[in-house]
Amino acid sequence: MRGLSNLFAGAKIAATEDNVVKDRIRIGCGAGFADDRIPPGVEIVERGDLDYLAMECLAERTIARETLDRAKDPTKGYTPVLLERMEAIFPPALRRGIKTVTNMGAANPMGAADAVRKHAREWDCPDYRCAVVVGDEVSDLMRAHPELVLMEDGAPLESLLPRMASANAYLGADVVAQGLATGAELVITGRVADPALFLGPMLHAFGWSYDDYAKLANGTLAGHLLECSGQLTGGCFADPGKKEVEDLAGLGYPLADVWVDGRVEVSKTPGSGGRLDVATCTEQLLYEMHDPSAYITPDCVLDASKVTFEQTGRDRVAFHGATAKPRTPTLKVVVGYFDGYMGSGEMGFAGINAVARAKLGIEVVKERLRRRGLTYEEMRIDLIGMNSLHGNDTAPEPYEVRLRIAARTTDKKAAEAVGAEVRSLHMQGPTGAGGGINFGAKQILAVKSVLIPREWVRTEIVMEDAA
Amino acid sequence: MSVRVYDLAHARAGDKGNTSNISVTAYDAAGFQVLQRELTPEVVLAHFRHLGAGPVRRYELPQLGALNFVIENALGGGVTRSLAIDPHGKSLSALMLTIVLPGHNEAGAAAD
Repeated sequence: MRGLSNLFAGAKIAATEDNVVKDRIRIGCGAGFADDRIPPGVEIVERGDLDYLAMECLAERTIARETLDRAKDPTKGYTPVLLERMEAIFPPALRRGIKTVTNMGAANPMGAADAVRKHAREWDCPDYRCAVVVGDEVSDLMRAHPELVLMEDGAPLESLLPRMASANAYLGADVVAQGLATGAELVITGRVADPALFLGPMLHAFGWSYDDYAKLANGTLAGHLLECSGQLTGGCFADPGKKEVEDLAGLGYPLADVWVDGRVEVSKTPGSGGRLDVATCTEQLLYEMHDPSAYITPDCVLDASKVTFEQTGRDRVAFHGATAKPRTPTLKVVVGYFDGYMGSGEMGFAGINAVARAKLGIEVVKERLRRRGLTYEEMRIDLIGMNSLHGNDTAPEPYEVRLRIAARTTDKKAAEAVGAEVRSLHMQGPTGAGGGINFGAKQILAVKSVLIPREWVRTEIVMEDAA
Repeated sequence: MSVRVYDLAHARAGDKGNTSNISVTAYDAAGFQVLQRELTPEVVLAHFRHLGAGPVRRYELPQLGALNFVIENALGGGVTRSLAIDPHGKSLSALMLTIVLPGHNEAGAAAD
């Protein structure tokens, strides 16, 4: 069986050599967030007939956490799930001649490349080349320019510098294309704009230039649609009796067919569950988008305000009408900084008078914290089952309710006390308190952003040495 | 008879910092016309104000039958430092769908 699939893989690799310009490539999404489900990623590799696989695993602040990991252990700092995900997905991708692009390098792309190489032998991978994109890390630049202005509140960057944990610029698709141009089968990056992980293979395969705005628009929009994996294919969508999704449990990941002239159709793993149609595409188009006529990425300013979708087959949709303006002269930098600690805990109540008992529990915990002399910048009280998600004060009383208390403070001990006091309601609170959880204290890593001139950022493609 | 956004449209919420954006997509053209007329930024703000949210901007995509609402200050200080149980506000799409459209709500129409 292995011999057969290797034979097949060999033929596929020959057909996708870089000197052969294809008029169509197929790019799949293998992950849409750090802890995204792995089986659909394997499935799209095995059944998607892909040329490229992109895996997006870096939320706004995760890189800050990974920067801390790296500070503790210089070999770490990549996405923690890297090896588990790559063990499942990379060997079959390699056997099929699929080139893999991922930002799982996080705060340590070279370390990620080393870790994969170390394990690739165990995974029985054939030889491969890995290109690493470095240069997104810009904390020195931040320290050199305390006068930069924070986008969120207009305050000077200087105010955050003493608490800064990380600073990374969002790079564009050009560095991904440069990585692929080395002939590498694997490109590992740190912070790269999510759609750029998908646009990069298009720039590489078709040689699109940065003044071909129609193609950049389509490529960026394709990346935007694909970057959240199952959210295009029926995830975040099902509402029983109203909006049905077939085999949601077997939800497949999305892929895009992209033609050299810029035409795009999105689809999903053949035979997988979920649905991909105009409705799911419309929801995902506007996901995390503010002004649809000016969606700023490092590669272009996308105008999606006139986009239309056309169902061209089962689970297959084309889009039209995307345009773009030139990329801005600046790059966005996300600065991660320490913002104290959050402590939290929960306790359940049910039956007659459950809500009143929960409310008494809240008052008891607050008073006990007060008598211990502990203070908090902000405290949040929720009654789960009534108001925890939408803050609704008029919800009818449910049969059961959970109280939740969360508080932020610079004092770690005070943060730890919150969940401990909640949990002790089991024995020292109102009657019938059950199912308590102390979530402990978590260090808060918050983020703010600045814009910097593009030319300040020096990127480099480093070939990871197989030796 | 009262009509909810839920009856006419589906919705999805996304986050950026302390701002939530919620798209509302009508099931058909007639529904979009109603939403375009009645689901104003003011109506949405009134429904989200108790979260400390606002201001609200609305973008129209008539070719998709969709409205995109950008609701500032809706995420408890921002995804990364919020104490909320749903810091991303992913569930806020469901709050949007509970809005009763004023032109179809007898009490609301009388108040106008």
